[in-house]
Amino acid sequence: MTHAPTRRAALGATLGLIASPLAAPALSRAQGQARLLVIGGGFGGASAARFARTSYPELQVTLVEPLTRFVTCPYGNLLLGGTRQIGDITHAYDGLRAAGIRILHDWAEGIDAGAKRVRLRGGETLSYDKLILSPGIAIRFGALPGYDEAAAEVFPHAWVPGDGSQTLLLRRQLEAMPDGGVVGFSIPPNPFRCPPGPYERISMVAAYLRRHKPRSKILALDAKDAFSKQGLFQDGWKALYGDMVEWVPASRDGKVARVDPAAKVFETEFGERHRLDVGNVIPPQSAARIVLGSGLAAQTGWAEVDPRSFASKAAPDIHIVGDAMNGAPMPKSGYIANNTAKQAVASAVAALRGEAPPEAVYFNTCYSHVGEDYGISIVGIFRPGAGGFVEVPNSGGVSPRGDLPEQRRLEAIHADTWYASITRDMFG
Amino acid sequence: MHLSHPLGAALLATSLFAAGGAVAAGPAPLAAQGCLGCHGPNGAGIGSGARLAGREAAELESIMRAYRADQRQGTIMNRIARGYTEQDIAAIAAYFAAIR
Ligand SMILES: Cc1cc2nc3c(=O)[nH]c(=O)nc-3n(C[C@H](O)[C@H](O)[C@H](O)COP(=O)(O)OP(=O)(O)OC[C@H]3O[C@@H](n4cnc5c(N)ncnc54)[C@H](O)[C@@H]3O)c2cc1C
Ligand code: HEC
Repeated sequence: MTHAPTRRAALGATLGLIASPLAAPALSRAQGQARLLVIGGGFGGASAARFARTSYPELQVTLVEPLTRFVTCPYGNLLLGGTRQIGDITHAYDGLRAAGIRILHDWAEGIDAGAKRVRLRGGETLSYDKLILSPGIAIRFGALPGYDEAAAEVFPHAWVPGDGSQTLLLRRQLEAMPDGGVVGFSIPPNPFRCPPGPYERISMVAAYLRRHKPRSKILALDAKDAFSKQGLFQDGWKALYGDMVEWVPASRDGKVARVDPAAKVFETEFGERHRLDVGNVIPPQSAARIVLGSGLAAQTGWAEVDPRSFASKAAPDIHIVGDAMNGAPMPKSGYIANNTAKQAVASAVAALRGEAPPEAVYFNTCYSHVGEDYGISIVGIFRPGAGGFVEVPNSGGVSPRGDLPEQRRLEAIHADTWYASITRDMFG
Repeated sequence: MHLSHPLGAALLATSLFAAGGAVAAGPAPLAAQGCLGCHGPNGAGIGSGARLAGREAAELESIMRAYRADQRQGTIMNRIARGYTEQDIAAIAAYFAAIR
């Protein structure tokens, strides 16, 4: 990634000097010193905090995030493939701090929406005028029989990266596996974080096995009959990995009904037991615990929001963005978290000024790496509609199919550019 | 924006630099925010993502229209350009053109 350390260091110093008096708690709260609290410092939260700070310098912005370094899910699959190291996908919060954002490395434990207060695990209580909530997802341990927290040490999910240990565990298991082994994937029904993610992961694991353990097999057991960019992925698997990847849809008994970590088995709906050398369970998910525990989630396990302002239908001063909200048909992606966060901040500021939320357009691209010089993409552009989110007709879509090596080569390069650009937009 | 406070004004002036080389007159319109995930901070360009900042609005508009009509080839911009209205494109182009 490219950085301009000299200039940014100088800038940080300048901002640090002048920003601290503004960041101190104000006694009287005129509109000019409104307090914006952001929970979660990932794709939605970091984007919200930085956008708020740079676009509305009059706001006091506080960010609550337990991790001192954020490991991205995006590009974690390339770590599994062996072409990225953990440091390449780890980001510090120094840029946000230098921009004048107050950062508290702590967990939000409870939200009192009526009193507009958030209690932190460390004991502190924070008051806010507007809250942006982007805490991501929780794994629904127990929803897939046999898959609990202990099972995740045998069959890693690597779907909520935390400090990166889950992704690193899966990588170590792949490295330790003998040539000729079977790597199993259990893939959940919709909706889940990053619809193309499991299939990019299959691709990157195949790339590693092809190079280092070419007699190995991949068994992808899916609870669905169709998936994102399916034709493109399957074309790529065939072209690059021959018959190494076997994808089994739900209609051919692909749905995993139970896992047995002691026997290292995935058992399907109709009772077939697949013995694996390495198993990756991408488990059923819900909005993060803080959303459920604060009564902000619907029966589905996801938060319902206004499609223009992202104000929670349960509490209007809380704007919920990113994977935690039901944004269908938008995907649960980092790019959508980034976009929706900015719209939520702009809407929160508008509400403080007594104005309506601004016009909105939500933009998504998910690039996927299928092989080392082989990238594909999906684009979706959405707008708020009467009852939710609506995709703009005749726009977006997936990369063209066919034997197009130059398109694939260029998209792999543009994917790297996307990663560099979006992480700069989030973390400065 | 309320800039009665001298510190606020100083902070705003500096924060516009924070985007990394491209200095804008104000926050990007939300439609232009979608471009920043590939074209660098404030459209300054990054890696294979072309610079948009500081280019003539008329040029940017005509490129976007050409992508939309498939008169210009790209790996992805054709699919992107079709998601935006004429008004969006005018606002986006004006925003990037005004960056110095
Ligand atoms: C393998 C994989 C590949 C992916 N690839 C892509 C891709 O190429 N492109 C793309 O756009 N998206 C991709 N995604 C999806 C992307 O990672 C998510 O959509 C995105 O992270 C969602 O952002 P978020 O802000 O909702 O959650 P997150 O980014 O997960 O951030 C949530 C943050 O909130 C914090 N938090 C949680 N609870 C609390 C609490 N109580 N108090 C304080 N903080 C809390 C967490 O520590 C975390 O840092 C991928 C995902 C996976 C799993
Ligand atoms: C997902 C990444 C991505 C996003 C988001 C994106 N672009 Fe692009 N842009 C590209 C790529 C890649 C190219 C090179 C052409 C191609 O392959 O499609 C490009 C090319 C361009 C060009 C031509 C540059 C030149 O000098 O040839 C312009 C102008 C442009 N984009 C404008 C925009 C605008 C305006 C937006 C926001 C509405 C935007 N782009 C959003 C990836 C992106």
